[in-house]
Amino acid sequence: MPQKSIRQALNEALAQEMRRDPTVVVIGEDVAGGAATEGQRDAYGGVLGVTKGLFAEFGEARVIDTPITESAIMGAAAGAAVTGLRPVAELMFSDFFGVCFDQIFNQAAKFRYMFGGKAKTPLVIRTMIGAGRSAAAQHSQSPYHIFTSVPGLKCVVPSNAYDAKGLLIQAIRDDDPVIFCEHKLMYDLRAEVPDEPYTIPFGEANIVRDGDEVTVIALSRMVHYANEAIDTLAKEGIECELIDPRTTSPLDEDTILESVERTGRLVVVDEATPRCSIATDIAALVADKAFAALKAPVRRVTAPHTPVPFAPSLEKLYIPSPERIAAAIREVHGYAG
Amino acid sequence: MSAAVSAITMPKWGLTMTEGTVVGWLRQQGQRFAEGEEILEIETPKITNVVEASSGGTLRRIVAQAGTTLPVGALLGVVAADEVPEAEIDAFVAGFAVVEPSAGDEAEAEGVKPRSIEVAGRRLRYLELGEGDGVPVLLVHGFGADLNTWMFTQPALAAGRRVVALDLPGHGGSAKDVGTGEPESLTDAVEGALDGLRIEQVHLVGHSMGGAVAKLLALRRPELVASLSLIASAGLGPEINASFIDGFVRVARRREATEILALLVHDPALVSRTMVEDVLRYKRLDGVSAALARIAEAWFPGGRQSLDLTSRVATLSLPVQLIWGRDDRIIPVAHAEALAARLPVHILDAAGHLPHMEKAGEVNRLIEQFIAR
Repeated sequence: MPQKSIRQALNEALAQEMRRDPTVVVIGEDVAGGAATEGQRDAYGGVLGVTKGLFAEFGEARVIDTPITESAIMGAAAGAAVTGLRPVAELMFSDFFGVCFDQIFNQAAKFRYMFGGKAKTPLVIRTMIGAGRSAAAQHSQSPYHIFTSVPGLKCVVPSNAYDAKGLLIQAIRDDDPVIFCEHKLMYDLRAEVPDEPYTIPFGEANIVRDGDEVTVIALSRMVHYANEAIDTLAKEGIECELIDPRTTSPLDEDTILESVERTGRLVVVDEATPRCSIATDIAALVADKAFAALKAPVRRVTAPHTPVPFAPSLEKLYIPSPERIAAAIREVHGYAG
Repeated sequence: MSAAVSAITMPKWGLTMTEGTVVGWLRQQGQRFAEGEEILEIETPKITNVVEASSGGTLRRIVAQAGTTLPVGALLGVVAADEVPEAEIDAFVAGFAVVEPSAGDEAEAEGVKPRSIEVAGRRLRYLELGEGDGVPVLLVHGFGADLNTWMFTQPALAAGRRVVALDLPGHGGSAKDVGTGEPESLTDAVEGALDGLRIEQVHLVGHSMGGAVAKLLALRRPELVASLSLIASAGLGPEINASFIDGFVRVARRREATEILALLVHDPALVSRTMVEDVLRYKRLDGVSAALARIAEAWFPGGRQSLDLTSRVATLSLPVQLIWGRDDRIIPVAHAEALAARLPVHILDAAGHLPHMEKAGEVNRLIEQFIAR
């Protein structure tokens, strides 16, 4: 099977869905890829190259470049979704959600309810998350927990190219608004990806590796850091099960609880800040529904409750590292009560 | 006589296997064994299976201890007669060249990649192993499976002959268009593939629904078919496990898939998480559920098999054998027992619907002996 990067997988998902369904449109800043001037169009395919080739194939009616105004992008996309299109809108950096949150939080997420179930809002918002590029506090955050907390929104946080393609196609075909979070350091990460279109159901966690001693849950880039930590611990004889929920809303509670029932020990790794976070949410879930199975306190490995530092040395300390993850697993594994 | 010294190496089971782990040795160093005896157990993320002796001898050296993970082709142990001196065993181990997957081996790696063939405008995937003058073998998988079901069978049969494993329409890497999905239409595809591959005579080995396809082809083109080995074959009676068929068509999630796949085997431990994931990855592809639903409707309407070839099979003048697992929970073993008076029937204990995987060594031997006649 061909190896593809996350960038290629996303591009392929968009192109295949646009071919299949003429109501699928792409809208965002620079998605046509070249400052909206005739000669430069499609030169690059968005700031990340994800939409490369779409303008050439589908034209300006379906690949819509916008001014730099997130509120207009999300307003137009939400309106288009509720009136019959399937827009894939790009919020370049998730950090910018604040200026367009009425359109997402109070409009798109609520339409189905406000119109008595008669309206659907098949909107996808692709957005970049993640620290590690020294992009400073306003371009490095991972606010998927904020989207997850909103009823009416679904939230997808893929960790690899196979999942990215299948989940993006699922998101486009879904009749509710979906926030699709892409980590900015992972676009070149490769995996085997089928050429054909396929879908991965929401709310179905991926068990990345099996183990009976400690359950480790991680999202997005942290899946790879956790895997590194678990490799190290395997050499020390500690067998961990690694679960990637893939979607935070809906969340596959059953897979998490079944694993913890078996291992009795849980470490949750989350690149986001710790207050009211996914890590906290999963810790609460397990305390609530699997308390009797726990043999050790739940440990969360997260960023500290601070803005993301600009200084590379501090940023490195801010992001959960494989070493910190390994230390937390050792602590939970060795806990004697 | 160094020719009397041979290596036990890490086998390659299926397209994706690159390494395996030695679970344990079933013979001790210095112990003698006969051909076909179980020597050691190997585990991959997908499956655990035993390696059987390809010839008799003494296990002179265990090179890879239990727990060791090694690449395909790596030396695991050394077999030789008792009289071969220790020094010669040492020299054999020291001189054993581990085949590194490097640029130089690309041609070889290329050889075990699946290819595709166009049949009536449809792309069908197949994998070919082996070469030689022997009459080729074609392996036809069952409902919802693909050529990987033959991971233990295909290499074992490939000495001195071409062995082709085909993905039926709608399955594996083949096109998802299944036409009407009816038995004759799947048989058209297999017949077209054989003609396209310029195979003029073939031993057919068919599993489950693939067994019924093999029978239909033998009835249609008896001159083409040298023998029929039918494993847990469809088309020999009306009963079939409808909840398996319906469940397999519908399933989209891991938990349910694990329960459904467990129906296939005697020992549910054979169903690894990776095996479940492979099935789900296939099921998630656009068009697969529709293709399977169409096939199921044509073959198994109302939870019964629409095709019963029992009386027609008896009219075939070519050799036919039946192989079945005693604990088959998909197609009852009674279908085989009913034919025991007329055909060679081999019923294997502690096997379910996948005897070619669950009892790979025995099934391989039965097929080898049958086609060697």
